[in-house]
Amino acid sequence: MMRNQFFLALGGASAVALVAAGCVAIPSSAELDKVAADMMVASFKAKGQAGMDRMGQDAVNAACSAADVAGKDLDSELRKKVEAQNMAMIKWPADGKYFGDWKRGESIAQSGRGMTYSDQAGASNGGNCYNCHQISKEELSYGTLGPSLYNYGKLRGNSEAVLKYTWGKLYNAKAYNACTNMPRFGPTNVLTEAQMKDLMALLLDPNSPINK
Amino acid sequence: MIKKSWATWVVGLGLGALASTGAMALEQKSETEKGIDRYRELLQDGNPAELWEMQGEELWKKKAGPKNVSLEQCDLGLGPGVIKGAYVSLPRYFADAGRVMDLEVRLAWCMEKLQGITPKVAQYDRGDHKNIVALVTYIATASKGLPVNVPQSHPEEKKMYQLGKRAFFHRTGPYDFSCATCHSAENVRIRLQGLPDLTKNQPAGQAFTSWPAYRVSNSQLWPMQKRLEDCFRQMRYPELQFGSDASVALSVYMGVNGKGVPSLAPTIKR
Repeated sequence: MMRNQFFLALGGASAVALVAAGCVAIPSSAELDKVAADMMVASFKAKGQAGMDRMGQDAVNAACSAADVAGKDLDSELRKKVEAQNMAMIKWPADGKYFGDWKRGESIAQSGRGMTYSDQAGASNGGNCYNCHQISKEELSYGTLGPSLYNYGKLRGNSEAVLKYTWGKLYNAKAYNACTNMPRFGPTNVLTEAQMKDLMALLLDPNSPINK
Repeated sequence: MIKKSWATWVVGLGLGALASTGAMALEQKSETEKGIDRYRELLQDGNPAELWEMQGEELWKKKAGPKNVSLEQCDLGLGPGVIKGAYVSLPRYFADAGRVMDLEVRLAWCMEKLQGITPKVAQYDRGDHKNIVALVTYIATASKGLPVNVPQSHPEEKKMYQLGKRAFFHRTGPYDFSCATCHSAENVRIRLQGLPDLTKNQPAGQAFTSWPAYRVSNSQLWPMQKRLEDCFRQMRYPELQFGSDASVALSVYMGVNGKGVPSLAPTIKR
């Protein structure tokens, strides 16, 4: 009802502007940004565990969305700034140990469950890894949105630098590439520290089948 | 998991020779995709959407509601009662309603204004939305093969395209996903599911006219509103509301991007 009135009012305003200016009355880009942001709130309702708090954009999402709409890369200064903000969010393993169990890691990588309004709240979340990445050679049902992770550890070794980078990437991929498509598993509590350790083992443990 | 069960299907159909080839990743991918293509071909043989189409035709012609009239005088944009070509030229701006409407929203509007019904459409396939699913299938089928021609002449239609574009690239939620995360590159998949690049003409037009579709995995007929709602569910968003501006704006964005592509609906999906 509200929406109809709103659109009627807008339609009326447009018609007046059309007559007055003799040209097409499309709001400016900045006005459209504002209307679109409001629309993305008004068009959704909280359901299950998916509350409306999920609709607010943080600095990096706002910056990347705007760059996408403009069809441009993120401004390099802004990129540095938001990447630094995201780097600061990373929590390193409290006990200094990076590896859990690669077998558990494989089942976390397989699971695409969790966080939707139809998932049970509080249940453990999957990592969705195979949705986008090839990982083990045996699993043929893998996605191609992200690079192949097959032989990830075999190709990179086990140096401190590799461990740190991989942990950081799992925890908050936006620290390394502001507008990456990869979710941030740490800051949003999608995965626990223990689950990320299991994924580290899957990727880097020499005994993990992906490194055979 | 659904994705896994599809893989099982492909293998079960005897297309899983790829499992034993031990080929390089690249070759394996192309073999996997060949299997997927074969599976899709097999699906095309007979589409149960016909059942919804027949039911939709009945509903279109049947007198109903407090005013006891049919929907045959409903104006879907090409004049009262014209259904051929209506599906491929929606969403569009309707002066009588003062807003841009897609086919499902317009049908609900006609039920209300012509038949005097207060349509219950908030939930997919419940209440009056069950009838809308059938009606959409009937009306979409009448445009099969016609080129997509979603209008951009009214300022409100142009504005909706711009809003749809912004909705498409809007990143949020616990996974930071936007529609573009999955739908702005060519030849990419989630698991084995191919993902159309909705920023490009051909894939946008094909995706836009792929719904309504019969879904083999759950025996349901999904119109575009349901397709979009479930995309957002998987993106971990709250629930997209039926007929909301974002839902219509995204249809405008896809339809305009897909201009000229021959309509496929109704289709059949895994």
